[in-house]
Amino acid sequence: MSKVQDYPSRLSDNASRKFETFSYLPAMNDKQIREQVQYIVDQGYNPGVEHTEVENATANYWYMWKLPMFGETDVDTILAECKACHDANPDNHVRLIGYDNYAQSQGASMVIYRGKGFK
Amino acid sequence: MPGSDDAIYAFIAYPIDLFEEGSIVNVLTSLVGNVFGFKALRALRLEDIRFPIAYVMTCGGPPNGIQVERDKMNKYGRPLLGCTIKPKLGLSAKNYGRACYEGLRGGLDFTKDDENVNSQPFMRWRDRFGFVQDAIERAEKETGERKGHYLNVTAATPEEMYKRAEYAKELGTPIIMHDFFTAGFTANTGLANWCRDNGLLLHIHRAMHAVVDRNPNHGIHFRVLAKCLRLSGGDHLHSGTVVGKLEGDRDSTLGWIDCMRDSFIKEDRSRGIFFDQDFGSMPGMFPVASGGIHVWHMPALVNIFGDNSILQFGGGTLGHPWGNAAGAAANRVAVEACVEARNAGRELEKESKEILTNAAKHSPELKVAMETWKEIKFEFDTVDKLDIQHK
Repeated sequence: MSKVQDYPSRLSDNASRKFETFSYLPAMNDKQIREQVQYIVDQGYNPGVEHTEVENATANYWYMWKLPMFGETDVDTILAECKACHDANPDNHVRLIGYDNYAQSQGASMVIYRGKGFK
Repeated sequence: MPGSDDAIYAFIAYPIDLFEEGSIVNVLTSLVGNVFGFKALRALRLEDIRFPIAYVMTCGGPPNGIQVERDKMNKYGRPLLGCTIKPKLGLSAKNYGRACYEGLRGGLDFTKDDENVNSQPFMRWRDRFGFVQDAIERAEKETGERKGHYLNVTAATPEEMYKRAEYAKELGTPIIMHDFFTAGFTANTGLANWCRDNGLLLHIHRAMHAVVDRNPNHGIHFRVLAKCLRLSGGDHLHSGTVVGKLEGDRDSTLGWIDCMRDSFIKEDRSRGIFFDQDFGSMPGMFPVASGGIHVWHMPALVNIFGDNSILQFGGGTLGHPWGNAAGAAANRVAVEACVEARNAGRELEKESKEILTNAAKHSPELKVAMETWKEIKFEFDTVDKLDIQHK
């Protein structure tokens, strides 16, 4: 039994909160973020940037950063908006959503910049 | 029939007025009734049904469907992750809730009652529902993510089934479960309608299906049962895994999971699909891959099933030497690593070892899971092959 490792998640520790897809992986580097944005573009999704305080991350609705970028296919433009949202709200989670026109739902949703206290 | 010297295909058309609107029960009573017992026929198999859109529109279908479930559960861009709680029989309600809690806090989206769990002397349904709901709520608070447990409301009578469903709703739980084949289509359609009215998700188990769908020469093909269930109503349906311990040819499985999820399925004999099938705007169901799968199967599962699926690891979660939470975390890290790699354009099945090994660098839970399950394989031949493959 001595080799068993404890599972460290705690109610008392805010950093134990997860935020859905990719939150069990280490934060993505710039190259990885670019690959995911390219995927969203390749799927034909409409990108949208949202952000919220880390303690409110469980809500359905986060603050929209401006408006969804309908029809935007330029990866650099999308990355620049994510960065602009992060710079304006450095403590918040910033997530990128890919809206799927056909399913009328989100085809992808991932936190690109993690909020304060999250690695 | 390709590959057979003594069997033939027969295509039969029926006038639509022979069937009561919205009644899968009535359709099956006609199509697979006494003809299956005719002395003159040595064997008979219903391979596929084409339901005209006019008939589809009379059926309720899935109470929520894939998109609504994603919105309710707040899960996007990846397969969902589940676990059937073991031992399937014998735990007390409180110990059972503990097993659920550990799995959910470790990163699962859902845990599941095993199909045999109804209301036995060692764990009555009401006690189980209460303790499991407590587990869900604590895991949600702890992880900040939405969680559920398929509370099995399958019962001996419809009255008892609805009583259990009402209590589940009262607790505020998001999803309940039903065994459609042992309970029957009348019970299933009624429960699906109840779920639509009350906003609960409905998970469908398929106990008894292999009795009628596994023999290649006699019975009803699973793709028919899947279509019937979609019309009767359910948000999840077990589909087989291709790679685990249960029967299921790869191309054939891809065919019937299309029948569960897609709006329009084109005739494709290479997948066993005999007819174009139009479901119109009827929502799709999540196929559930469950049975003998573990972390090494993850890249293949993500590749075969795609995002709109539920991957369910029972022993593959609970067998982790560090416990259920660690087992859950290992599978969650693995599924996310596979999705990230797929999105980045990598070939999951070819690069599976590298993708998992790389992900394990940041997850001691995954590393131990990979060591635990590396030798477990299920290399058996499929009994029910597609007809085109026989010769």
